[in-house]
Amino acid sequence: MIRDITIGQYYPADSVIHRLDPRTKLAGTLIFIVSIFLFHTIPGYAVATVFLAAAIKISKVPVKFIFKGLKAIFFILLITMVFNMLLTPGEPLWSFGILKITKEGISMAVRMAIRLIYLVIGSSLMTLTTTPNQLTDGLEKSLRPLNKIHVPVHEIAMMMSIALRFIPILLEETDKIMKAQIARGADFESGNLIQKVKSMVPLLVPLFISAFRRANDLAMAMEARCYHGGEHRTQMKPLQYKKRDRLAYLVLLCYLAVAAVFRFAGI
Amino acid sequence: MSIELKNVTYTYSPGTAYEIHALKNINLTIPDGQFIGMIGHTGSGKSTLIQHFNALIRPTSGTVLYNGEDVWAENYNRKNLRSQVGLVFQYPEHQLFESDVLSDVCFGPVNQGLSREEAEEEARKALLQVGFKEKNFRKSPFELSGGQKKRVAIAGVLAMNPKILILDEPTAGLDPKGRDEILDQIAELHFARGITIVLVSHSMEDVAKYVERLIVVNRGELPFDGTPKEVFSHYKELETMGLAAPQITYIMHALKEKGLKVESGVTTIPEAREEILKALREAGSPLLKGGQEK
Amino acid sequence: MGIIKAVKLGFDYFKYDEDGNVQDTQRAVDNVNIDIQEGEFVAVLGHNGSGKSTLAKHINALLLPTEGTIWIDGMDTLKEPELWKIRQKAGMVFQNPDNQIIGTVVEEDVGFGPENMGVPTEDIWKRVEESLEKTGMTAYRHHSPNKLSGGQKQRVAIAGVMAMRPRCIVLDEPTAMLDPNGRKEVLEAVRQLNRQEKVTVVLITHYMEEVIHADHVYVMDEGHVVMEGTPREIFSQVETLKKYRLDVPQVTLLAYELKKSGVGLPDGILTTEELVNILCQ
Repeated sequence: MIRDITIGQYYPADSVIHRLDPRTKLAGTLIFIVSIFLFHTIPGYAVATVFLAAAIKISKVPVKFIFKGLKAIFFILLITMVFNMLLTPGEPLWSFGILKITKEGISMAVRMAIRLIYLVIGSSLMTLTTTPNQLTDGLEKSLRPLNKIHVPVHEIAMMMSIALRFIPILLEETDKIMKAQIARGADFESGNLIQKVKSMVPLLVPLFISAFRRANDLAMAMEARCYHGGEHRTQMKPLQYKKRDRLAYLVLLCYLAVAAVFRFAGI
Repeated sequence: MSIELKNVTYTYSPGTAYEIHALKNINLTIPDGQFIGMIGHTGSGKSTLIQHFNALIRPTSGTVLYNGEDVWAENYNRKNLRSQVGLVFQYPEHQLFESDVLSDVCFGPVNQGLSREEAEEEARKALLQVGFKEKNFRKSPFELSGGQKKRVAIAGVLAMNPKILILDEPTAGLDPKGRDEILDQIAELHFARGITIVLVSHSMEDVAKYVERLIVVNRGELPFDGTPKEVFSHYKELETMGLAAPQITYIMHALKEKGLKVESGVTTIPEAREEILKALREAGSPLLKGGQEK
Repeated sequence: MGIIKAVKLGFDYFKYDEDGNVQDTQRAVDNVNIDIQEGEFVAVLGHNGSGKSTLAKHINALLLPTEGTIWIDGMDTLKEPELWKIRQKAGMVFQNPDNQIIGTVVEEDVGFGPENMGVPTEDIWKRVEESLEKTGMTAYRHHSPNKLSGGQKQRVAIAGVMAMRPRCIVLDEPTAMLDPNGRKEVLEAVRQLNRQEKVTVVLITHYMEEVIHADHVYVMDEGHVVMEGTPREIFSQVETLKKYRLDVPQVTLLAYELKKSGVGLPDGILTTEELVNILCQ
């Protein structure tokens, strides 16, 4: 299952979306997320679906690859739906003791599910089409004003980019350690919750140690390559808005306007 | 007592664009008591193959038998299988997690259902067997040197009393002395305790020195399976697979080409020395005169 | 004075107790004197824990001497306020290929060093292209490092160092985690840089085969330099090397065994051709 997390994995392809400025993509993702909270009716979700489908199509990322990311949030999704179904007050459809499912609950649960799924797909699409380095560059540049209030923007951006690079490596490592402990008779599946948590120790301890060792090595390698913070640093791929970015912003603003209109018109 | 693979095929991500045939129709028997070497370049499928031996991977098609029983049958006890067929992964020292050496080695036996005392007994035996000193039993495994950690990790598998021990490049990252020590210890486990050994290695010199049977893995198939001498006589084909013969074999071939009458299939230094001495004597070589003849 | 010169270099690792007081010191490098000339290919041999990695980290100013002095291109690492100037002269490649690649795309990683040095953008691109070319990695420039083989990852790391245009490159067991093909690949890349770009190379290793072509070899044990000389001089002392937990290449060992059995061979035979030519004369 851990292999299915697609957030943080780059899918190399040559598409307009890949070539967009990361700041445009960040803004786009943000606008899309806002829109799925603005929309609250079937026609609204239809508009969002068309928008998302079009973006996926243009990005040339295989649909299968994008949906794989959803497997990882299946449980979160399930829990959210159940809670929404049971805890939303309203017209009861079915009840058992203190548990009751309401009409409003179901509609809320479905809405939350759609929002969550679209949120994950939307952000996966961004990370799949943007290399983590570009992404961090985009974040760093968008957030630079925060530097004035002493937020270490460059350092945060660098940390994010490194974290993203190491996710696949650590996942692979988790898999390896898990297998090695199974070969020593470890059991990660059966038992109650407490036993399960206990059985994770032989997995987590080596994993943490390895993560620290890697962090230490990497810090040294960065220093060895003259890294000394964000000052006086130049960029190999400095960010510059192109014509396609301006066009993308135009499309995004139109889309946001539609979402706002839908909301106020109650469609 | 044996592991038997029948028509085993393994495919990663079947049915997708990323489909990779890691193993193709493998037939292989590992009988009791052999010392087997396995070579193949990175990505040849050897890691996938050895994980079939203890049912960590389920074949896409084909059967894996242990002592004649299908290990993927519904009621088969795979946990028990894994204690009979011990697998030591590459860099096993990265899997240590307990606060002291002895407890770490106890992990396997405890999982087998032994009491703490019984497990400690097995752990002690295993640690001593890999040449780990008793005075260090209570040390944290993280304070040890690379070679020592590796011993502890091997003991962790050995303590489960496996009949078969598979080691994936146990000498990776060790210096020459550390490498020789670990390999000698493994050979001793084989000869003294009669454990079947499968040694995965990148070093042709090491397999030539230790094993009696050598299996070559290439692109998910087993092109060669025989004594090291037989396998290394195909050194030209091995080179096309990104492998090679031991350096000694190349020297012998070069000598033969230049007219020295030596047996070119030799793979180890002691054999080569005897061969060359014999050939020099027969040729009446001037190099032998004046030396301190034994 | 050579490009790397150390005089009476000593380094202690400190072990601290819970209150942060020094509990114990361990001498990792002791009284080391080396002098490496520009353009040389130098190998440092030693078993694990012999102090060779600690020495390597001094060349890059990742560690600063406890005692003595080390000069890199005339700069004293203890006196230089901007250490990254030294690091730019003496690049470093480490053992684990995964833990030294920062970028998620090959070319971005190669550009990391020049970015840190404040090189203008167009110049970064030029350097990146040159370095990829020199290490034969141009075809992989848009790949993710995670998809490369170990040998290729190390070549990316080398390209990353070359992009800083160093005078000297230190490789700390760059092949220890690679298979034989990867090892060959990396070593060839390093030798080529040494010959064609005249970069000074300091190769730290315990694979004897990698040392044969070096100009000069240092052997370390317990923090000291215990042997020094050409590969031939070093490898003619088989017994001494064994004492330091090292071995010799297979050919050398065979020649040594033959000599012990009474064959009149010279000491320190390093290649198959040499041995064959003498035996078949």
